[in-house]
Amino acid sequence: MNSSAFDIAADVRAGRVSARDVVEQHLATIADREADVHAFNLVMADVARRQADAVDGDVAAGHDPGPLAGVPLALKDNLCTRGVDTTCSSRILQGWKPPYDATVVTRLRDAGAVAIGKTNLDEFAMGSSTENSAFGATRNPRDLSRVPGGSSGGSAAAVAAGFAPLALGSDTGGSIRQPAALCGVVGMKPTYGTVSRYGLIAFASSLDQIGPFATNVRDAALLLETMWGHDPLDSTSIASPLPTLVQGLDDGVRGLRVGIVEELTDVEGIDPEVRAAVSSAARALEDAGASVDRVSVPSTMYGLDAYYLIAPAEASSNLARYDGVRYGLREEGTDIGTMNANTRDRGFGAEVKRRIMLGTYALSAGYYDAYYGQAQRVRTLIVRDFAAAYERFDVLLSPTSPTIAFEAGSKTADPLAMYLSDVCTIPTNLAGHCAISVPFGSDSVHNMPIGVQILGRELADALIFRVARALEVNRGA
Amino acid sequence: MTSSPARLTRSDVEHVAKLARLALSDAEITEFTEQLAVILEHAALVSALDTSDIPPTSHPLPLVNVLRADVVKPSVGRDELLTSAPDAESGRFRVPRILGEAP
Repeated sequence: MNSSAFDIAADVRAGRVSARDVVEQHLATIADREADVHAFNLVMADVARRQADAVDGDVAAGHDPGPLAGVPLALKDNLCTRGVDTTCSSRILQGWKPPYDATVVTRLRDAGAVAIGKTNLDEFAMGSSTENSAFGATRNPRDLSRVPGGSSGGSAAAVAAGFAPLALGSDTGGSIRQPAALCGVVGMKPTYGTVSRYGLIAFASSLDQIGPFATNVRDAALLLETMWGHDPLDSTSIASPLPTLVQGLDDGVRGLRVGIVEELTDVEGIDPEVRAAVSSAARALEDAGASVDRVSVPSTMYGLDAYYLIAPAEASSNLARYDGVRYGLREEGTDIGTMNANTRDRGFGAEVKRRIMLGTYALSAGYYDAYYGQAQRVRTLIVRDFAAAYERFDVLLSPTSPTIAFEAGSKTADPLAMYLSDVCTIPTNLAGHCAISVPFGSDSVHNMPIGVQILGRELADALIFRVARALEVNRGA
Repeated sequence: MTSSPARLTRSDVEHVAKLARLALSDAEITEFTEQLAVILEHAALVSALDTSDIPPTSHPLPLVNVLRADVVKPSVGRDELLTSAPDAESGRFRVPRILGEAP
């Protein structure tokens, strides 16, 4: 089952292949390996079959089902699906069926895509290994003893295992790009505001962004192009028209200026083979006609610390809604305060509690200025340093994650060590910019994939796709 | 420059748990006191930076209020929403006693 989303859609639209057959093939692959990988919280087999039949009905009736006709799509389980369980991999939402669809779910279904399942994640998207799930960990399809990364590890694993050619994730500090790198697939975080967050269950609202996973750059561009654009239901969605992404993808990188970010490449604890992969990616781009130089973006070295104050602060506010009153779990108590506190203690896992505690502390009287306020000022420094770098360079280059996929269980007891695996991806979220992870080689000892990251300024999404495509074409060398 | 606050204590953690409405066990309080102190010490790197002239950034977009026409549109009905509630009665959410004791 190696067909690209592009080929599947072309075949289904032309009536050469039925959407039903495509779904059945993917369901068979899932039946074969899902017990080992555990990419899904829910496989929507019957819903997917009905949707595929509807696509085939359209084709038979002479109606074009759309650019993603019959393409199976895995949805991260923090995206609302009307009438279908949406859990955020948390006990507190177990069994909850949203009364509405996320905008991206509606748009992609309208484009012919077939939602095939809800993928596992670190609870409320808080984590970097998909081990913080109330419903069990996801494993890396390339080596089942290793993590797939996180928090969108189920989506990355689903694409890597051939369960679906396309998947959606959400990226707050690297939660699409890091698992894409660790599983050997393409993952992209679009510019903040380009993809509607309506129906994405909030973690940190100034950082969260939905984005695509695919096996190749063109499919990822097609998926994003189909779902992005203004949505009146999300007040932070950008109103101006957005460019096409697939057209121009093969325009190459001749004349582009590429900067290797020193602070994100010489980062503490980096695997030498990951650093070597960045150097060979830089050479590949030079060979394709780009100019490459090193660049310092000094304040990015404070990104991790600023992020682990800002994101928990926003989370502590967003997660206040889980109070046992309107939906989800309730754990009884004699008065409402006790009921709230019992519900939240039983409903949230350890990492979610840790971040709520951290965020509440960072916002509390006496500490606000030293922690949250200071982190917001550092965020300004990062925005300014990026702006200076983009005066001299069109795109920036770095590792996606400092290491290859780590062994399951190796970082669960040390939250700070886990946080450090997001050090290269976080600055993009703080700035609201875009970035993409592309597989570029494997490590020589374990043969696990390495991802390199291409970073762009706000609304440079089409440009970083073009550079990613150039790397994909030239990675054989 | 902002000076780094003192190391987090067990009573800080108990106070924050109350603010966050989390009924943490003794074991959780012990664990979080240790782990949060380590994370906050790392975060103190940012507390030590000189940012006296730097304005804060709360959001990546220059947001202003987004307004729309005041027109009634269809929305999810009350009865459907109440089917998700842990407890409901007579078209309302039902909750334990809210008066009498501070939470």
